[in-house]
Amino acid sequence: MKRIYSRLMEELLSGKFVFTAEIEAGKTTSLDKVIEAAKMLKNYVTAINITDNPGACAHMNPLVPAYVIQRDVGVEAVYQITCRDRNRIAIISDLLAAAALGIRNVLALTGDHVTMGDNPEAKPVFDLDSASLVYLIRRMVDEGVDLAGNKIEGEVKFHVGIAANPNAMPLELEILKIERKVRLGIDFIQTQCVFDMELTKEFLREVKKFNVPVLVGICPIRSIGMMKWYIKECPGGIKIPMEIQERLLTARERRGKKGVLEESIEISAELIKEIRKTTSAAGVHIMAIGFEWVIPQIIERTGLKC
Amino acid sequence: MIVLKQKPLEWILDAVKNYDSVLIVGCNGCSGIYQVGGEKQAEAMKLLLEMASEIKLKKNLEVETCTVLRQCDRDLVASSLRPLIRRMKGHKAILSMACGVGVQTISEIFPEIPVIPGCDTLFIGMRTKEFGEFYEFCRACGDCILFETGGICPVTRCAKGLLNGPCGGMREGKCEVDPERDCAWVLIYERLKAQGRLDLFIKFRPPRDHRITIGPRVWRGE
Repeated sequence: MKRIYSRLMEELLSGKFVFTAEIEAGKTTSLDKVIEAAKMLKNYVTAINITDNPGACAHMNPLVPAYVIQRDVGVEAVYQITCRDRNRIAIISDLLAAAALGIRNVLALTGDHVTMGDNPEAKPVFDLDSASLVYLIRRMVDEGVDLAGNKIEGEVKFHVGIAANPNAMPLELEILKIERKVRLGIDFIQTQCVFDMELTKEFLREVKKFNVPVLVGICPIRSIGMMKWYIKECPGGIKIPMEIQERLLTARERRGKKGVLEESIEISAELIKEIRKTTSAAGVHIMAIGFEWVIPQIIERTGLKC
Repeated sequence: MIVLKQKPLEWILDAVKNYDSVLIVGCNGCSGIYQVGGEKQAEAMKLLLEMASEIKLKKNLEVETCTVLRQCDRDLVASSLRPLIRRMKGHKAILSMACGVGVQTISEIFPEIPVIPGCDTLFIGMRTKEFGEFYEFCRACGDCILFETGGICPVTRCAKGLLNGPCGGMREGKCEVDPERDCAWVLIYERLKAQGRLDLFIKFRPPRDHRITIGPRVWRGE
């Protein structure tokens, strides 16, 4: 029997429909915003991801807010860790610190390239990649050693997740990439945001064989500009069906900017209900960076949270 | 092939301004093949330098040329240059039209003479048929996995040098860093698929041993 270290893992395996959300640490010296957002989400989600220098922009080290929301707010964190800014020594060091601070969920990511970020002159590291990061975490958890086989004092208790993109083309390649990590041993998958239910269903059908819980990414849209960014520029590529694009455009015409968000909340709730009803997804991961207050509204509108 | 580009004439002129005689040394290796610093380019550089020094520096610069088969070959460089250097007068300098290895080969053999690099060394690559542009193809990583990756190098051609790609930034087969550039890992996937070897795509490659590339690298043969 697999050992369970976190509430997130427990709920993912229980068959309950799980909600997670995401918060950025921010380019700030204050934890106030993170704590405020975590408090708002606490009763709606099982865990909150804290991003690691998202989009290659230098933010506060996510370990600090991850620890603080667990200790002070009482909501579990998913500590995101990328391979862009640290070599294996620094990553092992951060993982040891995370384990000591009671972090139990880690999301292993490659990380956007430094040229995408706010310090584009930086030296990219990528000593590890997301697969070798999974491999490292497995060795730490399962064998109590680091990458080179050096013994670690004390137990390492992590569940390791990965990101995947149901919008990726070709899908076969994405599935093979996931399989590579499934073979290494992963506990959960959180996906990029989806708007296209057909792609989502096909993706979930394909990954079902891996028997790994999947949290499908949901992103409410705040403006038409944001919608266009997803379609044209977002790394990885996001597909937004014409029908959803038209609903958002009509909402702006009739009700202005506020209408776009209202319509998007409704669309997000519909997508979640559809995912719950028609797929094998373990839950959804809702990303609304900077307007986290819409997440409780979306979840309430689904009627899936009691 | 080592891909290089000539430095601007202005830069070269500034570098030679304090000398009386300059020996331009072309290289018919990589530099010559790509017509950057071979025999013809060395001759052209001689004419340019003579004219430019007369007009801009108001002096009569004595310029000779000599092109070696490969400037990275010590013996070839020593035997070809020695008699010419002896004949040079006044303050002497050498302008090398080769890569950084060529410049340093000359410097090693003739340490008393300043060597000016006439080119910037860019990377190990080749000219692609389709575009007539030069692309980097090899990082000299010292641990070749090309057999497993369908003859496409991820260490060089993936912007992140990933051994287990592609990353999540791949967008319709293109790289997140430059949407004009193909994602190396999509190319690898397609190549391996065509070869019926997708098992190699799924294969996990553990992180590299970076001790192999800690510089300066030395190879003493076996």
